[in-house]
Amino acid sequence: MTALPVLQVEDLSVEFRTRSGVVRALEGVNLSVAKGETVAIVGESGSGKSVTAYAVMGILDPAARVTSGRALLRGMDMMALGAADRAELCGREIAMIFQNPRTALNPIRPVGRQIADVLLRHANVPRSEASRRAVDLLRAVGITDPVRRAKAYPVEMSGGMCQRVMIAIALAAKPSLLIADEPTTGLDVTTQAVIMDLIGQLAGQGGMATILITHDLALAGQRADRIVVMHAGHVIENAHTRDLLERPMHPYTAELIAATPDRAGRLEDLAAIPGTLPDLRRTDLPPCRYSQRCARKLEVCDGPLPRRTPTASRTVACWNPLP
Amino acid sequence: MSSVTATLRQARYVIGENPVTGIAFGLFVLIAVTALLGPALVPIDPLASDTAAALQPPSLRHLFGTDQLGRDLFSRVIVATRLDFSIALASVVLVFLIGGLAGIAAGFLGGWVDRIVGRIADTIMAFPLFVLAMGIVAALGNTVQNIVIATAIVNFPLYARVARAEARVRREAGYIEAARLSGNGEWRILALQVLPNVFPLLAVQMSLTMGYAILNAAGLSFIGLGVRPPTAEWGIMVAEGAAFIVSGEWWIAAFPGAALMVAVFCFNLLGDGLRDVVDPRRRT
Amino acid sequence: MTALLEVNDLNKHFGAARPRGAFRDWLAGRPTRTPQIHAVDGISFTINKGETLGLVGESGCGKSTLVRVLARLIDPSAGAIRLSGRDLAQIPARRFAKDPDRVRIQMVFQDAGESINPRFTAFDAIADPLRRLKRLRGEALSTKVEQAAQQCGLPTALLDRYPHQLSGGQRARVGIARAVGVEPDLLVLDEPTAALDVSVQVVILQLLEQLQRKFGMSYLFVSHDLSVVRLICDRVLVMYLGKIVEVGPARAVFEKPLHPYTQALAAAVPRLDDRSAGRLRLIGEPMSPIDPDPNRCRFHGRCPNGTDVCTSRMPVLDTTFGERSVACHLADQSRAA
Repeated sequence: MTALPVLQVEDLSVEFRTRSGVVRALEGVNLSVAKGETVAIVGESGSGKSVTAYAVMGILDPAARVTSGRALLRGMDMMALGAADRAELCGREIAMIFQNPRTALNPIRPVGRQIADVLLRHANVPRSEASRRAVDLLRAVGITDPVRRAKAYPVEMSGGMCQRVMIAIALAAKPSLLIADEPTTGLDVTTQAVIMDLIGQLAGQGGMATILITHDLALAGQRADRIVVMHAGHVIENAHTRDLLERPMHPYTAELIAATPDRAGRLEDLAAIPGTLPDLRRTDLPPCRYSQRCARKLEVCDGPLPRRTPTASRTVACWNPLP
Repeated sequence: MSSVTATLRQARYVIGENPVTGIAFGLFVLIAVTALLGPALVPIDPLASDTAAALQPPSLRHLFGTDQLGRDLFSRVIVATRLDFSIALASVVLVFLIGGLAGIAAGFLGGWVDRIVGRIADTIMAFPLFVLAMGIVAALGNTVQNIVIATAIVNFPLYARVARAEARVRREAGYIEAARLSGNGEWRILALQVLPNVFPLLAVQMSLTMGYAILNAAGLSFIGLGVRPPTAEWGIMVAEGAAFIVSGEWWIAAFPGAALMVAVFCFNLLGDGLRDVVDPRRRT
Repeated sequence: MTALLEVNDLNKHFGAARPRGAFRDWLAGRPTRTPQIHAVDGISFTINKGETLGLVGESGCGKSTLVRVLARLIDPSAGAIRLSGRDLAQIPARRFAKDPDRVRIQMVFQDAGESINPRFTAFDAIADPLRRLKRLRGEALSTKVEQAAQQCGLPTALLDRYPHQLSGGQRARVGIARAVGVEPDLLVLDEPTAALDVSVQVVILQLLEQLQRKFGMSYLFVSHDLSVVRLICDRVLVMYLGKIVEVGPARAVFEKPLHPYTQALAAAVPRLDDRSAGRLRLIGEPMSPIDPDPNRCRFHGRCPNGTDVCTSRMPVLDTTFGERSVACHLADQSRAA
């Protein structure tokens, strides 16, 4: 690895304090994203993929605590910064788009102004220029008649258009990293394709790194260079997309692929993943949180979780990976 | 765990969190008990005049003093509790029935029902509420029943509005559609599925309205449109006692006035506490 | 294949907001016309006994409206809905709850949590239709509820729980048990697995297929997830702006779509094994459903093809390709399945 990765997460662990116990939401999460790379974080609900992103951005719930680990943005340790500096850095360098575009936008402010706000705050654009640049951005994300639309409110726009606006806001300050948290869930598949094309195209133009968080393995397979699979707060496999999908090593990854409708020929060919997610509030969680559901469990799996690197670009957290 | 148990647990939690609610609740129980048992336990007949003992300040024998006719004020205040409390209770039950049900029907069924209820509510709201209450009592006559009716009418728009809003929201809920698929007719759905969800919010409103109802009755009596003497009622006692404040016999108006204040205060605090208990945001 | 449900020329129009220029019209003595949203326009199709018919289309195409009209929750503006020959559209929705045919069409909702009264336990939810439609009480009722729960893989111990105490998958099972307990002939499923994790989705889909085989029900399966539709449906209807644009066997429709909209839809689905997925992309937004031109194809403008005939005549669903039909003037005759 020659260049410094844009984002490097090292051994990140996060806990939530709730009325019914402490939830060990993340444990020892490692991942890195290089310049221009698209990394997909894939997992079911409760796997911790969104928590990872929020921890990096510093927007975790007040009940959450980062108990260990670092998040390095171009080499700079974000957790070591004070809250104000961190917010400044995050605002400039990282942008995030969320699942429900309409709720992520301010409903009582015209969309053009919302884009202009970011330009003024983070891109040092003079006030006189901001509106014009906002319109340019709207055009760049494919919104027709941008001059008129800039004065519109989110409620007047469709889901797909709102998502484009959110992308415009995200890219206004030309960040080095874009985090997209389930950006197309709830959108039609045709709109989804267009939005993902747009993200890919804009990312390519600026050499921006992208983290795509999704539960849709097929979407990840189509758009990402590399896939990180998470289960119950652990990263269990991290590999190039084609390698992961053609030769999954972790049993959970294989099960996830087998449960995805896309590849199956008939309904009978789909296989459900056995067992359920462990309760992350338990104090007696086994080191491998998949072991209790795993068909390939060995005795050694009761011991500490390994982090194998079978090839330079692949890690798998398993004692008994698939051959 | 049934939903009743869950609600009771929540209630206990709320009372524990906020001691004021607990105090209000205790006070409410005290008032209720006084209303129930008071008249049977008073030491002196509240209607018995004893002109020789008129205008005496509070003493051991007459805890609140005596009024201009020598009647024991303590007994009168206690006995009045029953009347005022009954007026308040009757008013809120009546307005819940007519306003709440009208509002639910308007919100859920829509159409002409909604329009009619809306127009009635608008008409009522066009008048200053107390003036309207005065007008109704003046027209129908100075009886306790009419005070109750007037209070209920005057509060109708508020209840109808709250109930309508809730019913409207519920109307589109998935489980309402499911109920229709299951063969439930519209009225059945209204009664069994919508009403139980709307009732808690109205219950909060009812507690607040009780305070208003007492003040309304007291106000009407104060200007002579409410109960007539010699009936013991807080408002009328304040009215009678007002004339004597200037000459120094403050106790005749002060004690009934204090009772009024305590009761209204209690109902309002209770309403706030109830809101904490039934607020949907507390759902686990 | 015997037909169970025949839908004929079904329309559902909603009045849009206040008509513009109403006052001016009144002054001039003209009758005012409220603009109509054509949510469902001239739709005809058949569902056969025991088959699973898929219904796909983007949001706003009218599939939710269509489904609610079919389930008799709302009334159509025109058209017939014949269940075993009897036209259900003649009975107003308000009164259909008491109709003996009510039990024959049931529905499973997208968000199972929303579709169960939060104050009902799982038992209450499953028991309600059995009480109302099958008139079961007491012992007979409890037995049937438990049976329905077991058939749907819901442990009877969970029957006392409230919806918020159940997981997403368990709630979905309650919704299914409730609908299936009364043994309907037609089950409408409105995106039943949309809110579920992929692993739970598998289990629920397999359960649905198993129940269908056991009870011989027909399914109308609405979904935006084409990979799922391809697996579970026998035939599929593709809907666009209130009209059906293509009908055919599920696999054939997605592997060799005939209508340009279906082609774009199929190209847009993310495929695990195809990195350079179809580049056919739809631009722009669908046209307005308010008072659309009856002589113009609704897809014109967004369609990559398009000739003069597309603006002068509405294409009709043409059944000249055997099992497949498509409503497009330019559909390639030689591409019949």
